[in-house]
Amino acid sequence: MSTNNLSYNDQGGSDSAVEVGQETTPTSSNAGAGFGLFSTNFKKNDDLKEMLESNKDSLKLDAMKRIIALIAKGKNASELFPAVVKNVASKNIELKKLVYVYLVRYAEEQQDLALLSISTFQRALKDPNQLIRASALRVLSSIRVPIIVPIMMLAIKEAASDMSPYVRKTSAHAIQKLYSLDPDQKEHLIEVIDKLLKDKSTLVAGSVVMAFEEVCPDRIDLIHKNYRKLCNLLVDVEEWGQVVIITMLTRYARTQFTSPWKEDGLFDENSETAFYESDEKKTKNGDEKKSYMMDPDHRLLLRNTKPLLQSRNTAVVVSVAQLYWHLAPKHEVGVITKSLVRLLRSHREVQYVVLQNIATMSIQRKGMFEPYMKSFYVRSTDATHIKSLKLEILTSLANEANISTILREFQTYVKSQDKQFAAGTIQAIGRCATNISEVTDTCLQGLVLLLSNRDETVVAESVVVIKKLLQTQPTQHSDIIKHMAKLFDNIAVPMARASILWLMGEYCERVPQIAPDVLRKMAKSFTSEEDIVKLQTVNLAAKLYLTNSKQTKLLTQYILNLGKYDQNYDIRDRTRFIRQLIVPNEKSGALGKYARRILLAPKPAPVLESTYKDRDRYQLGTLSHTINTKASGYLELSDWPAVAPDQSVRNVEVIEPVRRSIFTSTARSRSSPRPYTKGGHDQFRHFNTAESDEEKSSSQSSEESDKSSSQSEKSSSESDSEQKKTTKKPPQKKTVKPTAKDRYYNELFNTYSCVPVSLSLFSLCILTPCPLSCAALLLQVSGPAFVPEKSHDLLHRMTGKGLSAQYQFPRQPCLYQPTMVSVQISLTNTTDHPLEQIHIGDRDPTGLDMHCFNAIECLLPEASVTVSLGVDFNDSTQAANFQLCTKEDQFSVSIQPAVGELFLPATMTEQDFRKEQGKLLGMNESSATITMAAENTTRQPISRQVATVANLGVVPSGQDNIHRFAGKTASSGALVLVTVELRELSAALITINTEKSVMGPMLLRDLKRALARA
Amino acid sequence: MIHSLFLVNSSGDIFLEKHWKSVVSRSVCDYFFEAQERASEPENVPPVIPTPHHYLISVLRHRIYFVAVIQSEVPPLFVIEFLHRVVDTFQDYFGVCTEAAIKDNVVVVYELLEEMLDNGFPLATESNILKELIKPPTILRTVVNTITGSTNVGEQLPTGQLSVVPWRRTGVKYTNNEAYFDVVEEIDAIIDKSGSTITAEIQGVIDACVKLTGMPDLTLSFMNPRLLDDVSFHPCVRFKRWEAERILSFIPPDGNFRLLSYHVSSQNLVAIPVYVKHNITFREGSSQGRFELTLGPKQTMGKGVEAVLVSSQLPRGVLNTNLNPTQGTYTFDPVTKLLSWDVGKINPQKLPSLKGSMSLQAGASKPDENPTINIQFKIQQSALSGLKVNRLDMYGEKYKPFKGIKYMTKAGKFQIATR
Repeated sequence: MSTNNLSYNDQGGSDSAVEVGQETTPTSSNAGAGFGLFSTNFKKNDDLKEMLESNKDSLKLDAMKRIIALIAKGKNASELFPAVVKNVASKNIELKKLVYVYLVRYAEEQQDLALLSISTFQRALKDPNQLIRASALRVLSSIRVPIIVPIMMLAIKEAASDMSPYVRKTSAHAIQKLYSLDPDQKEHLIEVIDKLLKDKSTLVAGSVVMAFEEVCPDRIDLIHKNYRKLCNLLVDVEEWGQVVIITMLTRYARTQFTSPWKEDGLFDENSETAFYESDEKKTKNGDEKKSYMMDPDHRLLLRNTKPLLQSRNTAVVVSVAQLYWHLAPKHEVGVITKSLVRLLRSHREVQYVVLQNIATMSIQRKGMFEPYMKSFYVRSTDATHIKSLKLEILTSLANEANISTILREFQTYVKSQDKQFAAGTIQAIGRCATNISEVTDTCLQGLVLLLSNRDETVVAESVVVIKKLLQTQPTQHSDIIKHMAKLFDNIAVPMARASILWLMGEYCERVPQIAPDVLRKMAKSFTSEEDIVKLQTVNLAAKLYLTNSKQTKLLTQYILNLGKYDQNYDIRDRTRFIRQLIVPNEKSGALGKYARRILLAPKPAPVLESTYKDRDRYQLGTLSHTINTKASGYLELSDWPAVAPDQSVRNVEVIEPVRRSIFTSTARSRSSPRPYTKGGHDQFRHFNTAESDEEKSSSQSSEESDKSSSQSEKSSSESDSEQKKTTKKPPQKKTVKPTAKDRYYNELFNTYSCVPVSLSLFSLCILTPCPLSCAALLLQVSGPAFVPEKSHDLLHRMTGKGLSAQYQFPRQPCLYQPTMVSVQISLTNTTDHPLEQIHIGDRDPTGLDMHCFNAIECLLPEASVTVSLGVDFNDSTQAANFQLCTKEDQFSVSIQPAVGELFLPATMTEQDFRKEQGKLLGMNESSATITMAAENTTRQPISRQVATVANLGVVPSGQDNIHRFAGKTASSGALVLVTVELRELSAALITINTEKSVMGPMLLRDLKRALARA
Repeated sequence: MIHSLFLVNSSGDIFLEKHWKSVVSRSVCDYFFEAQERASEPENVPPVIPTPHHYLISVLRHRIYFVAVIQSEVPPLFVIEFLHRVVDTFQDYFGVCTEAAIKDNVVVVYELLEEMLDNGFPLATESNILKELIKPPTILRTVVNTITGSTNVGEQLPTGQLSVVPWRRTGVKYTNNEAYFDVVEEIDAIIDKSGSTITAEIQGVIDACVKLTGMPDLTLSFMNPRLLDDVSFHPCVRFKRWEAERILSFIPPDGNFRLLSYHVSSQNLVAIPVYVKHNITFREGSSQGRFELTLGPKQTMGKGVEAVLVSSQLPRGVLNTNLNPTQGTYTFDPVTKLLSWDVGKINPQKLPSLKGSMSLQAGASKPDENPTINIQFKIQQSALSGLKVNRLDMYGEKYKPFKGIKYMTKAGKFQIATR
């Protein structure tokens, strides 16, 4: 690291030289301009620059904070780029973070300078700490500089196979960023997405599906193999990921399964609404007839999303609701009602979106929301758009049974102080009146009463609605038309006046005395009317001329003359047209004969329908649905396929051949309990849906104990299958392609220590050395070459009052902290009563740092359990002392590690080995010559013996007589290099190079004993 | 997903902007300002506004608009929910979420926003994780920071993000281990002029403040869990256990959090705890109106009704009022026509009332709209639905925690129609 720093500083030095050159130009030009305003501004930034270049972190931090404040206000701070970017490798975390924020904001504008920071991130990508790797990738991929696309691509590919699920998650995020920067990378990115989709970690799932949706939403074939896994993981994915996955799965299911709605292939969604009343019954009948069998995968999706209706995240609830709406059989959709109604108590904006969705649903299926009608009652404190949505829904819900209640409620709304809302209510009343013929008359009476309301908008709206209603049944209502004619003088709203005029004209024969009089009045005020009123006046005149020309001929001509010279061309046009049509002259020809039939044709009544009628063409819950236009990037929900595509594509067999052979029986009958669930492992929990709660809680507690068990989750089934495989078939049968295999092993080994008891049976079967080929990193930690079976007594059953404990070193990198050595403890209860509350008691604060296992609630007689523990031995063989406690007793125990257990194997090339060895000479070298035992003269026995003593990795060697082994210490990561050189007469020189001057000789002693023995 | 965020104050100034992808010019907000001008009330600005190239999704909290800029299809609730989560986080960090507080802590705000979204996709929204990353500012820490030059950014890397219990940070330690639960119920009701209930429902929450060392595993059971048939949970609650046994089993987040919220619908009859007698009349032709209001308790299970506040929007025609409260104080704003009466506690022996006259615009005809009366109140130590916690047990740690539970009923949207 120190060398790295130096090199960076060198770079920094050269940068600043460049900057000076760049700075000078703007300075001079600015000074030349000489504007007071600019110069003060410049000065201010100058002092920021000075602060950034000082060597005090606090000053730099202050400067950065001020710069961030500038950015937040939207001010331009890009000229500080060179000064800021120099601090990208700062040790101060906050400073570094702020520099990142700045860098991401301005990198696009200052591409060349931004490149200077890249090397820092590239270095951090190799950091042993997963969080640092992740944040480096995050910032690197956020720098929108096209030149670094290849670097980003490489980094993403590498991170996608990182051990840490968190880093893999970050790489999924980076995919989208790279795609938006350079869409040409699509093909490569799809490969990475495909790889990450196979990931079993809940952390990764949401992010990779997001990337899938962004990059290649049409590649539905990538989902097949992962469909069941995604369904099963869904509950444990973080909430934002759930939304994305559910939306994607909705689309997927619509392409893969047949419709659960149709019985005999006759009903589609739309025709079903017409049959609404009998709809439920029919669906049930259909089920009984067995004409439709739901695909088990379809069922799986519905079942696994249902619990999410209980989520606190409203977006999740609505996404499940839309999934049910679009995918579930009609009689099951009801489950979403209650949850949607619950959301109405949430924030105003949430209400808005939820109500919109309910409005669309309630048009098709009133029955769903009718019991909750009162939840849609309007409150005076609601915002206007909420009020109108609630009105909309109430109107849709109205039927013969509840219309009286709803109308009573509407009456109070009409009196509301919010006039816009009152007008909306009147329209709603109109809709109810047309939809439900029983109340048409009542509504009409009520609306007529409103005509005498003092508020203009209310009256106007009433007139318009009455007009529409009258059109539906004009015969009986001449008195209402008369009443409206009387009101005509008092109404000023143009729309209302126009409506009355239209009514007069349309039904002029029913009110023969009044209509000409109205026309007379209009002739008087024609010039001062609004355009829409003028048009209707012309219409009225024409109609009267045709029916009652005796009285109105002159009036009509007068109006037509006025219209001829009107300013509005629409009115002039209309006048000209009407004149030609009705006034007989030689040119008018045949058309004049039909004037009456043209103008007074019976007109169909307008249909008053909801504005939400056509919104169901969009998927519910989407932005497009909310704004009722197709938003960019909206993905259509396809229609159900007539014939279901091949179901077997979802069978997972290529990757996990063994798992299939074990599990297919349970996959078919999912409710049967499986033996493996007892271990309470996460992956199994998802798989077996009929598990008991006890298992769930136990699995929960095991999850808690390890911070990255999501990783174990990911690989558990793989490891499981892998183990099976190795036991059944010897290694030559490994058919998996090599890179995948490497990852398996990696994960297998990393998660090994937390694989539950039931699996520990297999633990000793993996003796095959792991041929890791990751050559990228010098100190790549690899899996152990050999795990000794030897276990040590921790607590004898006599001293432990029946509790016996044994420990062994599984030689895995510790999950809790990389500096810890993992220890497996098997606890056995040899008494005849259960032991409760087994846990690790208080430790000496000055002692070694340990990560304890979670307390074991109860250990039954004759039962045993294996737990894992992490101990940071600080690279010394000092024993870890602690208390092992049960409910009643405490036992002091200690773990004494052999020096060889404090290492982690490393892989490196022979070349690297020599190079490193060259650096560790002198004091760091210890060697001894021994006489080898006769059998220990070939490669394999030597490797075996060395591996037994110490957890070291084999370094491939070109020479037959020299064997090399490498590792690093767990705590400090210091290199340990072992060379065994065979000489004549079975003599051998053992050399150990390490900077740990205590450990070297100790290891040498152990090795001497092992190799020289016998 | 979320492209940019603009914070707009009530006077229509953008006082903070943050971009997660390439920069979107703040001129995009002009569409928002247009909509804002069109709206009569601040609440009436539509939450989703389409513009030619972007979509604006906004929420209004504490008189600040949080305007998110979206470029392509995304569930609108996803954005809305996230924005509310941002506001909650600010409130959590700064105590209040005001323009001043945000401006004072602009660096912390920026750091938070940076952590909460990556490329527009939510990354860390759990307050426990965020607090590990960025420590909330306190007065003491600010002082210490200025002296020592240390920072608000956590020195240690957060591990919570990596764990399967992402809501709880590791290594929690307290000297006093305490767990408090507040059962708070809000009753929403619409009462008609004759005093009969049109609709009433209860919205309840259980808020918890848990300060326990280590990794405690809690179970909470109820005397009458059947009441809870419509619930939503914090992600920490084990759903299967609830389904099977109706017991809440969870590893709690550290600090304050909302454990669950529930809804008791209007179908289960809800007892209304207060009643209002009112007589508000305007006479035709006269410029005077009469106003009488009396409050009384009803079905409160022996608990006192406190912090009563009555407010009503009087018709526009009312010029002024001349009223006499028997207790508390009342105010009338002649501009907004808002009458509010701070009653305080209701004494069942001597019912509070507000009587007097209203003066109307001379010559104007009598107002035909009906004022609605909104009431707020609190009832301590009682949950209206009758929900009762049975017991709280802790597993996984061996100390004895101090446990406490508190019940409270509040009025939510409680309104009474007068005509």
